[in-house]
Amino acid sequence: MSARKIALDQPESFSFSKESEKEIKFWLNKYPEAKKASAVIPMLWIAQKQEGWVSEPAMREIADRLDMPKIRVMEVATFYTMFNLEPAGEHLIQLCGTTPCWLRGAEDLKKVCAEKIGPRGQVSADGKLSWMEVECLGACANAPMVQIANKAGDHYYEDLTAETMGRIIDDLVAGKTPKPGSQTGRSCSEAEGGSMALTDGALYDGSLAKKVKLPNTSPKKEKA
Amino acid sequence: MTDNLRTIIIDGEEIDVPNHYTLLQAAEAAGKEIPRFCYHERLSVAGNCRMCLVELVGAPKPAASCAMNVSDMRGGPNGEPPAMNTASPMVKKAREGVMEFLLINHPLDCPICDQGGECDLQDQAMAYGRPGTRYTENKRAVEDKNMGPLIKTIMTRCIQCTRCVRFVTEVAGSPEIGMLNRGEDAEITTYLEAAVESELSGNVIDLCPVGALTSKPYAYNARPWELKKTETIDVMDAMGSWIRVDSRGPGVLRIMPRVNDEINEEWISDKTRFIWDGLQRQRLDAPYARKDGKLVPVSWEEALGLAAEKLSGNAKQIGVIAGDLNSIEELKAAKDLFDALGVTSIDGRQDGAKLGTGPRESWLFNSTIAGIDEADAILLVGTDPRLEAPVLNARIRRAWLERDVKVGVIGETGDLTYPFEQIGSGPEDLKGFGGKRSGFTKTLKDAEKPMIIVGMGALARKDGAQVLRAAGELAAKVGAVKDGWNGFNVLQTAASRVGALDLGFVPGKGGKDAGGIQAAAKSGKMDTVVLMGADEIDADFGKAFVIYIGHHGDRGAHRADLILPGAAYTEKKGMWANMEGRVQFNARAVFPKGEAKEDWAIFRALSDRLDKTLPYNSLEELREKLIADHPVFGGIDHAPGHATAAEFDVASIGEAGDMGTEPFRSAVTDFYLTNAIARASKTMADCSALKSAPHAQAAE
Amino acid sequence: MVQLLEDKDRIFLNLFGRENPGLDAAKQRGAWNATKDMIDMGPEWIVDQVKASGLRGRGGAGFPTGLKWSFMPKEVGARPHYLVVNADESEPGTCKDREIMRNDPHLLIEGCLVASFAMRAKACYIYIRGEYVDERIALEKAIKEAYDAKLIGKNNIHGWDFDCYVHHGAGAYICGEETALLESLEGKKGQPRLKPPFPANAGLYGCPTTVNNVESIAVAPTIIRRGAEWFAGFGRQGNTGTKVFSISGHVNKPCNIEETMSIPLKTLIETHAGGVRGGWDNLKAVIPGGSSVPCIPADTCTDILMDFDALRDVKSGLGTAAVIVMDKSTDIIKAIARISYFYKHESCGQCTPCREGTGWMWRVLERMARGESSTDEIDKLLDVASQVEGHTICALGDAAAWPVQGLIRHFRHEIQDRINTYRAGKPVTVSQMAAE
Repeated sequence: MSARKIALDQPESFSFSKESEKEIKFWLNKYPEAKKASAVIPMLWIAQKQEGWVSEPAMREIADRLDMPKIRVMEVATFYTMFNLEPAGEHLIQLCGTTPCWLRGAEDLKKVCAEKIGPRGQVSADGKLSWMEVECLGACANAPMVQIANKAGDHYYEDLTAETMGRIIDDLVAGKTPKPGSQTGRSCSEAEGGSMALTDGALYDGSLAKKVKLPNTSPKKEKA
Repeated sequence: MTDNLRTIIIDGEEIDVPNHYTLLQAAEAAGKEIPRFCYHERLSVAGNCRMCLVELVGAPKPAASCAMNVSDMRGGPNGEPPAMNTASPMVKKAREGVMEFLLINHPLDCPICDQGGECDLQDQAMAYGRPGTRYTENKRAVEDKNMGPLIKTIMTRCIQCTRCVRFVTEVAGSPEIGMLNRGEDAEITTYLEAAVESELSGNVIDLCPVGALTSKPYAYNARPWELKKTETIDVMDAMGSWIRVDSRGPGVLRIMPRVNDEINEEWISDKTRFIWDGLQRQRLDAPYARKDGKLVPVSWEEALGLAAEKLSGNAKQIGVIAGDLNSIEELKAAKDLFDALGVTSIDGRQDGAKLGTGPRESWLFNSTIAGIDEADAILLVGTDPRLEAPVLNARIRRAWLERDVKVGVIGETGDLTYPFEQIGSGPEDLKGFGGKRSGFTKTLKDAEKPMIIVGMGALARKDGAQVLRAAGELAAKVGAVKDGWNGFNVLQTAASRVGALDLGFVPGKGGKDAGGIQAAAKSGKMDTVVLMGADEIDADFGKAFVIYIGHHGDRGAHRADLILPGAAYTEKKGMWANMEGRVQFNARAVFPKGEAKEDWAIFRALSDRLDKTLPYNSLEELREKLIADHPVFGGIDHAPGHATAAEFDVASIGEAGDMGTEPFRSAVTDFYLTNAIARASKTMADCSALKSAPHAQAAE
Repeated sequence: MVQLLEDKDRIFLNLFGRENPGLDAAKQRGAWNATKDMIDMGPEWIVDQVKASGLRGRGGAGFPTGLKWSFMPKEVGARPHYLVVNADESEPGTCKDREIMRNDPHLLIEGCLVASFAMRAKACYIYIRGEYVDERIALEKAIKEAYDAKLIGKNNIHGWDFDCYVHHGAGAYICGEETALLESLEGKKGQPRLKPPFPANAGLYGCPTTVNNVESIAVAPTIIRRGAEWFAGFGRQGNTGTKVFSISGHVNKPCNIEETMSIPLKTLIETHAGGVRGGWDNLKAVIPGGSSVPCIPADTCTDILMDFDALRDVKSGLGTAAVIVMDKSTDIIKAIARISYFYKHESCGQCTPCREGTGWMWRVLERMARGESSTDEIDKLLDVASQVEGHTICALGDAAAWPVQGLIRHFRHEIQDRINTYRAGKPVTVSQMAAE
């Protein structure tokens, strides 16, 4: 990875949409007024979800809103690697290449992406797809996996093979919405075929909802 | 053992050090040298370079000595004092490791690097590094960044110590430099590579421990060991900052700050630092006389003869105006001469400031500059300290930053780099202010050590004397002057002003002031006008014969009929009194240009011609007479401060009377072009142009 | 025979997401049961219970949780107290907190209330990594349920006004370091702070703050409900409780599983993860606690117990209990090189040894994977790692050095062999791991 740079081509201006403004309000409510700079990552993210990437005018706008020096906002935007500093494909495939995924075939997935989309970091000619290698996405028990950012969200696609990866890409191109999660159909990170754990029906029959008496609560003086 | 001292062991020897010391300070107190790059005593602690690691006895890992306090050290298990080692194998390995890491991606371009010879990295690599390299990978290259006309960048050399980022953010209050990206791709830059807008930006050049940020105007001009270093003082504003002028042959090649905690700490403004190219341009290097409408070079003989002829006329028809850069000695020589000639129309206040009639404390910065560190509320009246004295302004900023000191403003200002309450804009607001019981008036009244700072924007105007009185009354009312504290301050903008006022370089009985001289000249009632480097006035003197004594071909010289070339501040020995009334010696770095002479000597020569021979043949003799006549100049390097607070008498400050309604506006409109040297400087012109059109980037 | 954890003793009953994560279902599974009674017992009592349980932080460092809570000032002064939950799960191999947040969020929220009360905090921020977008949405939903049911918020039924907020990152492993997390939460780059001062003294917004891992907080209410001695009954002394293990890599059935601490590694893998791909004898090495701990070779794996002390004794660590299994087909040099790349990528760039050293180590390892190196260089690499380790502001430097040290400690011969092959002019194939 070489230094991430902001795009040479920048729009003239940026403004948040109505929906984005609602989001911003929600986030700003979380922090003390004097500490509103806390909202800088959420606001950059909102800008990215609105436009697909974070432009320089967006950084300026956010700096204004949060009373931050512009350079501080740019520091944040360039430090955190989820911020796209240039436009990405309509569907951005973020492929985990870190060791746990690598051990289970991430290289195969890379090949599929390279074949079907093109070189990493480049948006396909139709603007629909781009892909990049990212670091561990924290779904290692479901390796290998990718995260796909698009209008539908930022879903994880797990337990992939070259074949399922290819199919997902094809579906995206065809305008379909592939089902997120494990592609082998298991529930979350339960062992394939069903875990031997959490099979006791008594855990789920409501008996645990009965009010318990806390242990170790008898006052000390009784002991004396 | 007091609460504040702690006994610790450094390299086996016990020493008592204050508890609040960092380990680095403690080691220095013990005479141990601790290498460092990111640490700087006037910036926040970053702890990022890791060069200052020391061994804490008993701890598994070395600790950054810049970031840990003595109070945080842990003693031994049996009550032994805590111990640290600064030269153990663990420390040696740590330093060698850090040094190696710093060098693996640092270019080996010392032979073409302007920092060469005064580079911390170079020096410490010699002292603490291993010989040879073990790094066989490719070195990193980083693109250079534009930072404007003053700061040259070669970013591959950067070691990411963030001193520059911390300086502009903390001291300059102009957070424009940052570190983008992360890890080994981290890069220092300004936002979109815009020029740094702070008036203090050049200080990052000194702070940069390597050759990443260097002086653009000085680039490739010289090696540090070729330069003659002259320790002297600055005259670009009225602070009297301590500087070092580096010269080679006749040329001043750079100007750097010297440490003086009472004045400029270790910062200087960009004008102070980068003015030097103006010292080579537009110079008056020979006497000139106007013949057939054109200025032509003449001999000193002829020039002095002509001057003597003009000055032997009717004394009432002669006016003398001094400028902003004059030394006390030349003002003294001039005053002695014109007094002898009976000339009473003399004035050292070309800006028309209504100062100089009362006691000395009515024109001084009585709290002292360092007193800002004690102030707990500050009112600015008719001054924009950021433009008038940027280094002083940084102290006000620190008062706000570190102690949340409240600042109020009456007058029009720009961004001061700290928040302030806008109380009003003109005399009306000043008048009404003292009577209030709430708001900022209360803040001032409640303050232990309030400061009222009155600028030339409030005093260099028709009602200046009345404004001065109103400000004095306010100071008395809010209790700003008391035993041990004088919170009444005048912020002078000209280096020569306090000296001139102290000398009484003001109109004598029946004499006219600067404005009066000019008006009289225009209406034909003044035959001869002498301008001593007075360039900050519109140079219309009607048909009067104008004699200009000075060093730059600026407004005054252009109008002159006769030019007697003098010496600039780097070219003569002299004394200046700064805004605090602190008298300081200057030193000569280079000789005057061409046939130019030191100004006092010009008056001495003239006095001979006029049969009024001044009673001194050398600068030393002049100084003896000066101090005999004016003992106040004997207190070298001393700021009187609150010494006269007990005698502070409002009735002697300014004059009673009505004030106008015009708002107060700073006396400085273009920071970069406030005097003739600055206007001759190409660097200053670039800065000024950038300021007025910030989006027109200077060509790289 | 090792005693495995029984279902009745599991804390995370919806770890696999088979059930509804919502409030009603969570209550059916025992969440929010007797929470008010806990609050009524007072902060000191809660801290004492957690101390007595022997719970050690589940985020990697294993610092005793109760002790950490006790560092907070006992009185609230001018500065408010904060609890910050570290949900920046980013250590390669680790994926347990994700399941807690999306499947059992109410245990976490209840834990936030109880822990905040114990530390006299009126507000808590859960800092979740930016990539966990769906998990963040799930968590926000559960928090809203808790607010609506007046379990938290102003004038809630527990009598302790308490706000719980979710904050998110945007792609930076370093924000899992507690002070970097606080910087990030304050709207800055995630660059670790110098310590002291510690967060309990000056943390979020300069206020007293405790930062705890998701799992540490989420297990607290159940520990108190069932008794400290119940929790302390699992695992060995000093390594007590139940723990969610993440098992990834070359096993037949990668999974997350809550088990007893101190479970033998082999039992863990064979019972819950379907065994090593190709059988136990096909095992080459295991990284037992997330990418930052040194790997251990197969022969060590056979008898090793999964707890802090046992793994420390073999110069590795429990870390986040993320078990990365590598079978004999693994190019271990390349596997560790990829981890080194990760640390280079995630170095914040603040301090010299990490900024410069991580890239150096990665580049050398990449060459070593191709054999383009020399015997001397193995020692040089080890020395470079030792120049990074212990010399940085935060633990990322150590985390970058340890995998390299583990590789050379146990697989020096493989590096040497590859160098020999390359020097002999024979072809060196660098494995690109493929799925079986």
